[in-house]
Amino acid sequence: MDKVCITLNVNGDRYELAVDPWRTLVEVLRDDLNLTGTKIGCQTGDCGACTVLIDGKSVASCMMLAVAADNKNIATIEGLSTGQDELHPIQEAFVEQGAIQCGYCTPGMVLSTKYLLDQNPDPTETEIRQALSGNLCRCTGYHRIVKAVEAVAVKMRADGKGE
Amino acid sequence: MSLPKFTYCEPKTLEEAALKLAEYDGRARIVAGGTDLLLGMRRGIAKPEVVISLARIAGANAIVASATELRIGAMATLAEVAQHPLVQQHFPALACAAAVTGTVQIRNMGTVVGNICNASPSADTATPLLIYDAKMIVVAPGGERTVALAEFFRGPGKTALTQGELVKEIVLKLPSGTTRSNYQKLSPRSKVDIAIVGVSALLAFSETGAIRRARIAIGSVAPVPKRALEAENMLEGCQLTPEVIAAVAAVAAKEAAPITDMRASEDYRRSMVAVLTRRALQQNQREQQ
Repeated sequence: MDKVCITLNVNGDRYELAVDPWRTLVEVLRDDLNLTGTKIGCQTGDCGACTVLIDGKSVASCMMLAVAADNKNIATIEGLSTGQDELHPIQEAFVEQGAIQCGYCTPGMVLSTKYLLDQNPDPTETEIRQALSGNLCRCTGYHRIVKAVEAVAVKMRADGKGE
Repeated sequence: MSLPKFTYCEPKTLEEAALKLAEYDGRARIVAGGTDLLLGMRRGIAKPEVVISLARIAGANAIVASATELRIGAMATLAEVAQHPLVQQHFPALACAAAVTGTVQIRNMGTVVGNICNASPSADTATPLLIYDAKMIVVAPGGERTVALAEFFRGPGKTALTQGELVKEIVLKLPSGTTRSNYQKLSPRSKVDIAIVGVSALLAFSETGAIRRARIAIGSVAPVPKRALEAENMLEGCQLTPEVIAAVAAVAAKEAAPITDMRASEDYRRSMVAVLTRRALQQNQREQQ
């Protein structure tokens, strides 16, 4: 059973790897690339803790073979912020609104939020809840998370207009 | 907990994929979006020696229309189908079903063809495709054949595909004249959960407003998603009245053969077939007026 040579473009960095074909993308991100911000939760595609963006689309990286991500552009939580010490506005809003408690679901929540706002910069509360329905939170509760998404949508629209 | 080991290949053509599939007779599995196969492997239900990916097959994710039909390729995702303008315009029940299958992430990965080939009785996209008389284009090492979707499902997880066969695409005939169709899903926890009952209904109206053609399909209430043929027959040539709708809904419920499981009882499912059939017909009627 041969390893497969793949190229992963993660957060703008290019990695050439030989991987066992049965390894999932989240395993390779965490164990080979040391990008442990992406979490492993249910491993059945239900909880969204492993959410990453592939070519701009949110996917459950526990349900995707690493070989299937060959040559694709992958965005993980580590690459969201542009600066070393800064947070992305979505991350900032999660902090400000108290939308993080244990933090385990947060990377997935933040990336699902990014995917939503990329497509729909002005979502309704229902649209936010639908967009996050594939991300489970077991401690913070959803209320503050929804508030954070509402707040950052307003902020990002205002910032966008100011440019 | 890693997945069981397998050999992986990425054929460049469907013919090559079919040859590989035939070569490993029963020991190979096709992967498109992977959302069902990986789950099956993790649960120890699927144990393929070889996994054959369709990812490198050019054009396999295409959704293309001609003057008379729409073709949905094997790699077209649920999200792509749900958002496609022609699907939304001509096949709204399918657009709706694809938009409520699983989660956002699953819809960005999973495919409509995969949802059908997985052959779950509760597959959201099955009943819409049944009311649109979908045809499956099946590729084998020796060539192609066409299988009507109504003949495709053979039991839970079982399809008409035989050794070396895989589905290339789904073909839908574009509707002519005035037709209305929609999908009704019941899943009490949320849309993310699988349907405890799904009903799709299509009505084609004549110029007088009478029903020229009717299709009703019911999901999660029998070993396979299926058409409610008696209920359909009652509608043809009729004007849609509240009495007709109630009678048809009752017959559709009789055509269901549901089971009791953790999500719902047999009785509840049967009752809900009537409710969802009524809602589907009423929605068609409202859109017609």
